[in-house]
Amino acid sequence: MDMATLLNVVTFLPLAGAVILLMIPRTETSLIRSWAFLVTVVTFLVSIPLFYYFDGSVAGMQFESVKRWIPALGATYHVGVDGISILLYMLTTFLMPLTILSSWNAISERLKEFMMAMLVLESAMLGVFISLDLVLFYLFWEAMLIPMYLLIGVWGGPRRIYAALKFVIYTMVGSVLMLVAILYLYFMYNNYTGAYTFDLIKIMSLNIPFGAQIWLFLAFALAFAIKVPMFPFHTWLPDAHVEAPTAGSVILAGVLLKMGTYGFLRFNLPLFPNAAEYFTPLIFVLAVIGILYGAWVSLVQKDVKKLVAYSSVSHLGFIMLGMFVLTVPALQGGLIQMINHGISSGALFLAVGMIYERRHSREISDFGGVTKVMPVFATFFLIICLSSLGLPGTNGFVGEFLILVGSFEVAPVFTVLATVGIIFAAAYLLWMFLRVMFGPITNEKNKALTDLTGREIAIMLPIMVMIFWIGFYPSTFLSKTETSITALIKRVNEARIAYRIENPTSPATIFTWQAGKEELKSEK
Amino acid sequence: MESFIWIVPLMPLFGALFLGIFGHLLKEKSGIIASLTVLVSFIYSVRAFLLVREGVTFDGNLFNWIVAGNFSAGFGVLVDPLSVVMMLVVTGVGFLIHVYSIGYMHGDRGVGRYFSFLNLFIFSMLMLVMGNNLLLLYLGWEGVGLCSYLLIGFWYEKPSAAKAGLKAFLVNRVGDFGFAIGIFIIFTTIGTITYAEIFSRTEQLVAAGVVTTATLLLFMGACGKSAQFPLYIWLPDAMEGPTPVSALIHAATMVTAGVYMVARFNPLFSLSEVSMAVVVIIGLFTALFAATMALVNTDIKRVLAYSTISQLGYMFIGVGVGAYAAGIFHLMTHAFFKALLFLAAGSVMHALANETNIMKMGGLAKKIKYTAWTFILAWLAISGIPPFSGFFSKDEILAKAFAYHPAVWVFGALGALLTAFYMSRLVFLTFFGKSRVEPEVAHHIHESPYVMTVPLMILGILSVIGGFVGIPAILGGGNHFEHFLEPVFRPGLENLPGAHLSHALEYALVAASVLVALAGIGLAYLMYIKKSISAEALAAKYKGLYTLLYNKYYVDEGIEKALINPILSFSRWLWNFFDEKIIDGLVNLSARIMLLISLIFRRVQSGYVQSYAGVFVIGVLVILAYYLLA
Repeated sequence: MDMATLLNVVTFLPLAGAVILLMIPRTETSLIRSWAFLVTVVTFLVSIPLFYYFDGSVAGMQFESVKRWIPALGATYHVGVDGISILLYMLTTFLMPLTILSSWNAISERLKEFMMAMLVLESAMLGVFISLDLVLFYLFWEAMLIPMYLLIGVWGGPRRIYAALKFVIYTMVGSVLMLVAILYLYFMYNNYTGAYTFDLIKIMSLNIPFGAQIWLFLAFALAFAIKVPMFPFHTWLPDAHVEAPTAGSVILAGVLLKMGTYGFLRFNLPLFPNAAEYFTPLIFVLAVIGILYGAWVSLVQKDVKKLVAYSSVSHLGFIMLGMFVLTVPALQGGLIQMINHGISSGALFLAVGMIYERRHSREISDFGGVTKVMPVFATFFLIICLSSLGLPGTNGFVGEFLILVGSFEVAPVFTVLATVGIIFAAAYLLWMFLRVMFGPITNEKNKALTDLTGREIAIMLPIMVMIFWIGFYPSTFLSKTETSITALIKRVNEARIAYRIENPTSPATIFTWQAGKEELKSEK
Repeated sequence: MESFIWIVPLMPLFGALFLGIFGHLLKEKSGIIASLTVLVSFIYSVRAFLLVREGVTFDGNLFNWIVAGNFSAGFGVLVDPLSVVMMLVVTGVGFLIHVYSIGYMHGDRGVGRYFSFLNLFIFSMLMLVMGNNLLLLYLGWEGVGLCSYLLIGFWYEKPSAAKAGLKAFLVNRVGDFGFAIGIFIIFTTIGTITYAEIFSRTEQLVAAGVVTTATLLLFMGACGKSAQFPLYIWLPDAMEGPTPVSALIHAATMVTAGVYMVARFNPLFSLSEVSMAVVVIIGLFTALFAATMALVNTDIKRVLAYSTISQLGYMFIGVGVGAYAAGIFHLMTHAFFKALLFLAAGSVMHALANETNIMKMGGLAKKIKYTAWTFILAWLAISGIPPFSGFFSKDEILAKAFAYHPAVWVFGALGALLTAFYMSRLVFLTFFGKSRVEPEVAHHIHESPYVMTVPLMILGILSVIGGFVGIPAILGGGNHFEHFLEPVFRPGLENLPGAHLSHALEYALVAASVLVALAGIGLAYLMYIKKSISAEALAAKYKGLYTLLYNKYYVDEGIEKALINPILSFSRWLWNFFDEKIIDGLVNLSARIMLLISLIFRRVQSGYVQSYAGVFVIGVLVILAYYLLA
């Protein structure tokens, strides 16, 4: 089988699995679980060749396939991967089996529907990362919302309806504007060439005027900023996380948030390079606010899950900073940090889920001294916390450090402020760890807690492998992405220089802080 | 050297992993395995030392760690005179403390975990001193910080221990913030983080005008790790950990990492007079400040902790005035005698059912002889009595400090007086005089087993003779130590103005510092043995000062009030008010407005055909009117 076919097979394998699941009677619960697990494991295993054969020295799309789809509209089934999407694609197939395992006992009601939602969700997510046609992308983007809505709304906590609605409506508001922008691009392409197409690669050849770029950038950016979520569009996140079942939280944090950052890389930067430059200072400000704000709010959370949710706001701030700095180290760091956040925050949610299953509480004050009764859990949990706070030797360090070291030359002040965030990351995580895991056991109910089962250890082990693999030998992953990243940066910079030459007088960025500084210097 | 050098750090790493998985099954046997891994590392370190002495050095990567664009960090080691000295100290003293721990931790539930952490510490510390670039230094730096966190909080069920671990980690992170930004500046300016390349391109840093900023930021990291003012606050609390941990991590090795860093970066630090001055001033202030707190403390381990902070201050004075070799020399002798002091203190606690209050000790010299005698050797060494090791190293620092500025010598000597006094107070109150031991503890006072006392004796011997490797020329020695390290410090020394003291002056300084030490001991003798000066009366007379010292200048309380509480209140406000009311309030408000609008427009869709027809007719009329009238 050639790799392009394999890419399609992997993407739709979970969906096919969901269809077959329809035929399994709902009373056969263990069969349903095993089937879902099997499908996700096989999906992961057959996705490995994609990673292995992915050529890191090629900048463009690989494993492409273009099929007729809706010729009347100019929409094609065009898919493929490049360095920007391959890791996120792999992250998705990697996390899914773990989430299925984590739902083994946690989900007992409507199990069949749950597993179907999970499998459909996986196909939709994989579709988002490989779509190279705007209609196809939009289709997957929206399709992903439905199972996620159900996961929160049906299998969630007490305020699940509120949280699910908020999640869906908030996301929709953003994506509707994106749809308008997509249509604008579609007609604009027609204006220039006379042809109708939604093909991203073709649309990327357009030279979009600055004024239009600004509005298009904003329309796309809103959709993605909500998804990331960037401050101040983040308030749906804690609600969604707290109410979602463990598996939902893991996918939400692990994959769905990355679609926001991925969108910025795939669309905003290459399509609207001048607008991206124009808004860069604004992105920096929001990213740094997100980093500090998320960290401070995490510090005082009483619910562990909410703490992890707010910490995502902080972590994603680092990624946004790294992406818009547009240096190779920072962008490479941002990309690898997307994977790291998927692994570490996903793992934090898994850990919280394990303890919630035993105690039916996530309140920090209900715990204390858990290490004594759950030493194996304590070890895993600590390593995950350390990776999340970016301890050297773990994955989190590689991403954070590359982002910061790459950002410093471009935006030193923002970088210093962002670095303050790593002090607080240690504070909120280890303080939480102290209160949950250390000290004497004060609550009687905690005395009878049992340590991790074999199934739970099986969930944790692959995560440990990834934490230290990326921590000590990130080249496996960085080498796959560097060429694509370099090409992206080159594309953006060329567009910027061209614009600068044509319009030497127009302001480069929304705030003129940098230009202002230079003027001050020259006056002296 | 390439063939074996990686064994040095990797042996303890394997030990740590192995014991991390199987330690709970091996229990007491863990200690033997852990000690053996460190012994192997020590043997290979000696082999490396012998090669380095012949002039062989090694600088090579095992693999590329992080590469992205123009950024590249290798996983590689640099073995030169400086790192080999550190390797010997870390593995040598580390091995003795591992062996001692076998006895000390006997019967503890978590002994497997303990030795796994201890091995992990040795690995991290070795990466710290052996790494050939800034990022590996940072890796080791945070790694030892992690082990410190884990081992301070080893008895995690004790809330104070768990809290002390967290405090240590967070205070260190504050320092590391500076360290990290220092790395960013260096990389951004010259595009490399490898030592060899940085030191060959220092002129680029000078040209960019960032040397002072960069070195001060690196020094901020050093202040955190090496417990210098104002980031020293975590170290006294770190005494919550098991005593061998205090000896290994919080006295002999980890806390000296900052001194190592400044010495390693001598080609950079020496380019900035400001940075050098800051190092000296912070070191000098910390040396005195910590010593004053040691004067009145009654906890045997905390006195030693303040003493460590103070002695680290001396090391910084050394590397700050450009006496790099002397600073490292003192680092080494201090590792011997301070590790010994802590281990002996542990042996005292072992004898007294974990009592640490020196007011409940006294007269122990007769009952636990080995412990007492080794402690006394270390006491003489730290007090600066010739020919014990501390005398040579401290004296050399002070002599060079005099050449830098006489005032540094004056305050340094004052610190030495305080040191001699509080250490003598500690010895007299613990081992001499009448016993004040609680009766139920007193009848089973016993000397520790050989597995603990033999390491004490070895360290005792080292505390006596350790200084002979660096006897300065005026005292008839060849100062082999300085010559051995000279290649590493040559770039730094070349940047500094050479200052020479006359022989007569040097002799006078030596005599003065010996007199100062004797004065400190004499004063303590009068107060605590002869009782001709009443310590209580003094405390009552200067009650304000005594309370201030006893409460450690209220620094912890001040930080909690001025820093931690405001941050927490602000964070609560951010969450409860700003996030939930304002931002989320706006989100929900916009949803409500939509709902309200829908409620209004809902009326349009009433379902009554006649009203639809009515609207339809009106619409037609309006359109007609528009076309007719326009």
